[in-house]
Amino acid sequence: MSSDAIDQALAAGGHLPGGLLQVLHGIADRLGHIPPDAIGRLAAALNLSRAEVHGVVTFYHDFRSEPPGRHVLKLCRAEACQAMGSEKLAGALEQRLGCKFGETSPDGAVTLEPVYCLGNCAAAPSLLLDGQLRGRLTEARLDRLVDALVASPQERA
Amino acid sequence: MTHIVYVPIDATARSVGADDVAAAIAREAAARGEPVQVVRNGTRGLCWLEPLVEVVTPAGRVAYGPVDVADVPALFAADFLRGGAHPLGHGRTDDLAWLKGQERLTFARVGLTDPLDLADYEAHGGLRGLRAALSLKTGSEIVEEVVRSGLRGRGGAAFPAGIKWRTVAGAGADRKYVCCNADEGDSGTFSDRMLMEGDPYLLLEGMTIAGLAVGAEYGYIYLRSEYPDAERTLLAALEAARAAGWLGPDVLGSGRRFDIELRRGAGAYICGEETAMLESLEGKRGMVRPKPPLPAISGLFGRPTVINNVITLASVPIILDRGAQYYADYGMGRSRGTLPFQLAGNIKRGGLVEKAFGLTLRELIDDYGGGTASGRPVRAVQVGGPLGPYLPASKFDVPLDYEVFAAAGGMIGHGGIVVFDDTVDMALMARYAMEFCAIESCGKCTPCRIGSTRGVEVIDRIRNNERRGPNLALLRDLCDTMTHGSLCAMGGLTPAPVLSALEHFPEDFQR
Repeated sequence: MSSDAIDQALAAGGHLPGGLLQVLHGIADRLGHIPPDAIGRLAAALNLSRAEVHGVVTFYHDFRSEPPGRHVLKLCRAEACQAMGSEKLAGALEQRLGCKFGETSPDGAVTLEPVYCLGNCAAAPSLLLDGQLRGRLTEARLDRLVDALVASPQERA
Repeated sequence: MTHIVYVPIDATARSVGADDVAAAIAREAAARGEPVQVVRNGTRGLCWLEPLVEVVTPAGRVAYGPVDVADVPALFAADFLRGGAHPLGHGRTDDLAWLKGQERLTFARVGLTDPLDLADYEAHGGLRGLRAALSLKTGSEIVEEVVRSGLRGRGGAAFPAGIKWRTVAGAGADRKYVCCNADEGDSGTFSDRMLMEGDPYLLLEGMTIAGLAVGAEYGYIYLRSEYPDAERTLLAALEAARAAGWLGPDVLGSGRRFDIELRRGAGAYICGEETAMLESLEGKRGMVRPKPPLPAISGLFGRPTVINNVITLASVPIILDRGAQYYADYGMGRSRGTLPFQLAGNIKRGGLVEKAFGLTLRELIDDYGGGTASGRPVRAVQVGGPLGPYLPASKFDVPLDYEVFAAAGGMIGHGGIVVFDDTVDMALMARYAMEFCAIESCGKCTPCRIGSTRGVEVIDRIRNNERRGPNLALLRDLCDTMTHGSLCAMGGLTPAPVLSALEHFPEDFQR
């Protein structure tokens, strides 16, 4: 499964000049993370050193080395959202999910990550949930969102 | 007669339920047997009214908002399809005070059209700039038109775009590139996103003109991954523009070649710095390159490269279409043309205001913005993103002109304005500035990589009242080192919010 994803991502982006990021996105889009065994394969396929590939994977926030939970919730913690109370939401989320930012809730439902600006600054505070933008968050609205996530089926789509 | 109803497809509108509203309108119309065509347009920029639904009537487009799904039956009952009165109604969109006073040159079409409808694009003046550029005999004529317009880089540094283009045009090389920096990472900014989602062809047109001007045949858009909606829209626009023959081997039948590829960033703020962006486009860690060489001489893959942000490139077509003088007639001093200002954070009426340079923060925050969303007094405003200084109300009457505003201690940057009310703790905001730098530093130079972490620690000690006096002196000394010793603006300008907080809000460091 992870091998197929790597092959597909290489077929789609491996030929692009400087296309390593696009290949990594291809893998992350399919698997949710970059499995450690991808490093050597990508290095060989793209004529790079393992150190170069590892360096890129670890530089960018988008590339995780561990599989995420069933849902990925990225809460904006930049200034405009802070001005509208995002830090209070951040604390509430950590408490509710039982994990810190950068971690996955113990039930495997939600990976909680910070993000620094979603470009929704006139409808703050905002978050990105599985790629979907939500704005004008309140504690009540956030609570309802998390309720739905925690109750979601155990299988990842 | 089919009623045309506009429901924005912009990410902000979608983030507060526009998709559900569009579906509910279609459903309700079908149930009532009313023939309705729902068109998904860009946003008008009145973000506090999103989802802003517009209905086409003989008197013009009539606006309703913010519309919730639950409001839809009542809107039909009030006959909103014919402009009927309803508590959410705002009358004719064109009569809204917020829009009336604006000078929309770059955003002229955004919100009016279906972003991906090429016929709609041309019907509203699209491609006229590109046709005008193709009618000029040489690339240097295009370059000189842009020089004469006075257009400066809208990403933050405000370097004259035409001068940059002239350097690239004059550089000898086997290949050249046009790179659009669409890594709009500054908090409080969203004009690039709104433009890419609301009028994507305009950006493609501007990039194509840049390619013709400097002799480049290939362009890249480096788009931040936090903008998935913009990515979908741009990919569809690229495909449609190629199919229509104005991107590709024969631009509008001119025999000239230009094509554009979209590349997705990966969540690194530093890649908005132009040389880090080039490294990232080359598939590497986004580490800042020392300058020189300038990217205009040796940029992407070592070739001469035009790098401009989205708004800069999207401002080019109107300059070619209407002439340099038309554009230069807007603005003041050396700040010519218009800037799409973005009102964000704790503001009652947030959104996008495109105006000529020269207006003031007070006009933007009070007249357009209506003060804070919380109803409390405005205490501080950050203009120009996380690297911009914090300003108190005493600076709100300074005209927004690059030079004049800088002389007053501000930075226009990308035009984002983040408003804070009087509950803000400015020592915490100063700490956040250092923390953000520590998280996002590329790590190449020591003042930025180490200084930011030390900065967080020193501010923590100050806030805990540990040897406050010496630590305040140490913080200033550290800021001095970062300002003068960093390789790029990330480390070099992180002290700006810190020092401005110290200067204007010293009481917050004495609690």
